[in-house]
Parts: sequence; structure tokens; C-alpha cells
Amino acid sequence: MAQDAGTDIPGHIAGDGVRRRDFINIAAVSAAGVGGLATLVPLISQMAPSADVLAESSTEVDISQIKPGQAIKGVFRKQPVFIRNLTPKEIAEADAVSVSSLRDPQTLAERTKEGKENWLITMGVCTHLGCVPLGAGEGEVKGEFGGYFCPCHGSSYDTAARIRKGPAPKNLEVPEYSFTTDTVVKIG
Amino acid sequence: MSFPWAHEYKPEHPLMQWMDEKLPLPRLVYNAVGSGYPVPRNLNYWWNFGFLALICLAIQIVSGIILAMHYAANGAVAFDSVEHIMRDVNWGWLMRYAHANGASAFFVVIYIHIFRGFFYGSYKAPREMVWLLGVVIFLLMMATAFMGYVLPWGQMSFWGAKVITGLFGAIPLVGEPLQQWLLGGFAPDNAALNRFFSLHYLLPFVIVGVVVLHIWALHIPGSSNPTGVEVKTESDTVPFYPYFIAKDGWAVGAFLLIYCAVLFFAPNMLGHPDNYIPANPMSTPAHIVPEWYFWPFYAILRAFTSDFFFIPAKLMGVLAMFSAILVWFFLPWLDRSPVRSGKYRPMFKWFYVILIIDALVLGYCGGAPAAEPFVMISQIAAIYYFAHFLIILPIVSAIERPEPLPFSITEAVLGQDDQAAPGAAA
Repeated sequence: MAQDAGTDIPGHIAGDGVRRRDFINIAAVSAAGVGGLATLVPLISQMAPSADVLAESSTEVDISQIKPGQAIKGVFRKQPVFIRNLTPKEIAEADAVSVSSLRDPQTLAERTKEGKENWLITMGVCTHLGCVPLGAGEGEVKGEFGGYFCPCHGSSYDTAARIRKGPAPKNLEVPEYSFTTDTVVKIG
Repeated sequence: MSFPWAHEYKPEHPLMQWMDEKLPLPRLVYNAVGSGYPVPRNLNYWWNFGFLALICLAIQIVSGIILAMHYAANGAVAFDSVEHIMRDVNWGWLMRYAHANGASAFFVVIYIHIFRGFFYGSYKAPREMVWLLGVVIFLLMMATAFMGYVLPWGQMSFWGAKVITGLFGAIPLVGEPLQQWLLGGFAPDNAALNRFFSLHYLLPFVIVGVVVLHIWALHIPGSSNPTGVEVKTESDTVPFYPYFIAKDGWAVGAFLLIYCAVLFFAPNMLGHPDNYIPANPMSTPAHIVPEWYFWPFYAILRAFTSDFFFIPAKLMGVLAMFSAILVWFFLPWLDRSPVRSGKYRPMFKWFYVILIIDALVLGYCGGAPAAEPFVMISQIAAIYYFAHFLIILPIVSAIERPEPLPFSITEAVLGQDDQAAPGAAA
């Protein structure tokens, strides 16, 4: 201990037993610790979605060819997105449901844009475990509520793509989108 | 680290003496898996599965390194590169089938190894650390196997990756960002495929490291044995080499016969035909199932169909699935019986048999479609699974009256032990 450069300072000079060496120790370890933690930032965040993946995360869709009652599958963030032109009957069916009885209570109006209630745009990703529900393609099963039906675990969605039956916890997600013209939708 | 009567390493050749002074690696090997390691003389065939697991790990690493020479981890060509291995690369089909079926063989061996531990109380003091490291190895194996299954980039690969990373999305608050961070995107794609390849190559070597610790921890108290009675004298043991190396060699021969029979005559028996369809993010296979070795855990995941108090069903399933393995970490302290071997535990024995049946039922349900009656059956089986560890084991170990143990390993084998107990036996 006597050879330790910091230890031979008398107690009354060093104050309450705190040695100069203690300060150096704490400062050195802190600097190394902060530096080490800062190094983790690039090491961890390199795994987050890269710039090109984020750049792909908006897509434009021409909807002029979709007749009432029809739907198309688009691609948004490499996942299917359902764009559906609802018939007046389907809209009436969705509005007739008591919102409070739903698992994930939302009205059709909340899930569409004002004045464009017939355009139902949702992700084609079941909120249970991520399968692609059926019902957007021609001739596919729409399930007992006339919307979408997930074949994996039997979740049924209604004409507003709200979860009505089965294990999924939430309605099909409505992505951010806007109408750039009357016939073009920009998703994302 | 060993018993006082363990043979000492005495190199005769001057070169080996020179080596022993500079770097005593041969001494380490001699003491670890040579004559320097005395093992109980009564080990039965269930004790061969540790060595077989090591053989499986070696098969996987060798065939995996070769596959990596021909495989391309890019979403655009990954599927084709696997077909290239199957059709064009010299002996590529053999390497791929050896690797895919090697994974299954590895899990068969490891499940037997784990259930050997369950029955003979291998997790009990003083071998808790051996057990804990073993559970770590199993978790690493599961992660490695899952990521390896994603690499061929077929339909099951893709949707398996989507469902399993979707599990992390069930975690409140951080779930969705965490899922995107794991995938490096919003759905499995090139970024996910590349990192899975990188980690799939890394983790086996991490497993090798933990296996070394597993064996190191084992060799401090020495191997357990079917009676669960600790080694007392030299007559209770035989040197690992040549006795158990020879016996392990016999087991390897038997193992390779079965492994090669599957490899050459039914290489796709345990696979899923959907994985020969290239990954398509726009269309889900009608029936997503993981590989057979994950079925019991998949059944537990799907057993939770309604919310549990305030926890959503999806999160509950995820928690239960991980807990099903994490509960093994507490096993040394849940089973309080001082008797190790199930052979001398009349009540435990039966619950052990029920646990095996329960695990098989869970496995069957995990591979079946998520419909009744399988959901109901997996719910009951999942409840029983947790009850076995958390309720039955502590109670049984408290109330059970074990049968008398043999005085020593030698007595258990020969009927008497004159060396350790002179005059005690007739």
C-alpha cells in the first residue's frame, strides 16, 4: 500500500478519507463506462429498419378500376394491404352493429375518410399471429360477417374489417393514407 | 476436481513430456475424457445420450459450415441456392439432408438426455450448475434451430419467422418497436434473413462454449448414476477411458444406424412440403406449424384463447410458452426430495410417467390444427404441465416415503460391498 502513489496523503489534507486516487478511479471507470455504453448505440441500432426499408414505406395505388363490392391487394411495407370498395349494403351492415358490443370498438366512419366511407383500406395482416386473411380476392371466403376470414386460427372480421369472432385481439389495422386525387391513394 | 484414485497423466515420450511442461493440453484431455476421469461403474444406456448430443453438435457444425459455402443469404436467391445445393453441388443433397435431419436427431437425443435428468434427479445438489447450464444450452439450441429453419426461405420458413417474431409484438408498450428491431423491417425480409444467417452461424459456437462449461461443472462432483448414491470408493468407479469411451462408441454406432436410415430413406419425413414453395408474403399457408421439436411449446402458446385477468390472451400465451422452459431453471429447488433417483421414489415414478404422456399429448396438439378438440386438450395438458413442476413435485417430495437406498454403487451392482463396509455386509 505504501507504494501506492495516492495513499500517502495525510487524512486531514484529503478531507473525510476521500483520496485523490478515489477520484481518479471513479472518473476513469465512469469514462470507460459511458464510452462503453455509447458504443452500444450503433451496435444495437444497426438492427433497426434501414433507410431503404423506411424509404419503401409509402406506396401509391390506383383505385379507379375497383367496382363496388370488389377489393384489391396492394403491397405496403412488404405486407399485403386490402383496398375495398364497399357496397351500400355492406356499409349499412357495418353501421347497424352496436359499437359497444365490439371487442375493439370503432365505427366504420372512424376507420375511413370523411366523404369516402365506401373506401375501406386496411392491412391484410391478421392481428392474431400475422397471417393474411381471405376475402379480398375474387371468390375467397369472407367469413360469417361478410368481411375477412383468417384461415390460420379462424378469426372473422366484418365489413368494416373489425374483429367479431376468433382469437385476434384487434381490428385489422388501418394504415395512414390519404387520397392524392379521387382515384389515387397514397398509403404511408 | 476428481477422486483421489483417479489415474494420473504420466507422459512417457519425451515430446509429450516437453508438451506437458509448456501446454498441458493432453493432460486436460486425459483428465476430462480419458483414464483420468473415474465414472460410476453402473451407468446405464441413458447415460450415453450426453456423448450422442456432442456427436450431433459435431455433425451439425461440420455439415453447416459446408452448407454455408454454397448457400446465399439473400431473399432473392436464398430459396434457389438451397435448390442449387440439392441439385448441382457435389454431394450437396447429402449435406443438406444430413443437416436438416441432424437437427431432428439432435433434439431427439437432447429430449432423452433431459428426461434422463428428470428421472434420475440429475439436477439435484451438487449438480445444480450442470443442470442450469444444460437449460441454457437447450434455449440456445431452440434459437439456433428456429433461425436455421428460416434460411431456406420457403413458405414455412417465412411464415414461421413472421409468427415467432410476432410473439414479441405481444409484449406491451415495447412489443411493436422490438419486433421491427428484430426483423430490421416491418415484415421478414432480406434484413431478417441476413441476421438470422449470421446468428445461426454464431450460436453453435456459443453452444460449444457452454457445453465446455457444462462438462466442467459436471466433472467437479463427477457423474451421477442410476442409483443416485454418491461414489464412495474406488470399487464404485471405472476409468472413463477405455470403459465408457467404448460404450459410447457402441451407442454412436446404434445412433448412426437410425440416423442414416432416416437420412437415406425418409429424408423429408420430418419436414413440411410447404417449405418447398418459395416464400410469398402475400399468401399464408393454410396450416402453419413449426418443426416437430417445437410442437409441445407451440401447443402451450396456442392454449390461451381468452384474456386472463387483465393480460391479453396473446401475451399470456407467449409468457406461458417461455415459462414452460424457464420453470426448469427452478427445478433443483422445486423437487426437495433428498433421494435423487426416481428408481427409489414410488410416487414420483408415476408422476414422471404422466409427465412424459403429457408432453407427448402437448406435442401432438401442437402439430394439429388449432381447432377443437385439440385446443381444449392442450389447455388441460398445459395446466398439468405447470402443475407437475410447481405443485406436484414440491408436494410429492414432501409426503413421499422413498424406498431404501443401496449402501453403495458397488453393493447395488454386486449385491455386497466388502471394500467400503468391511463386516457390514454378510
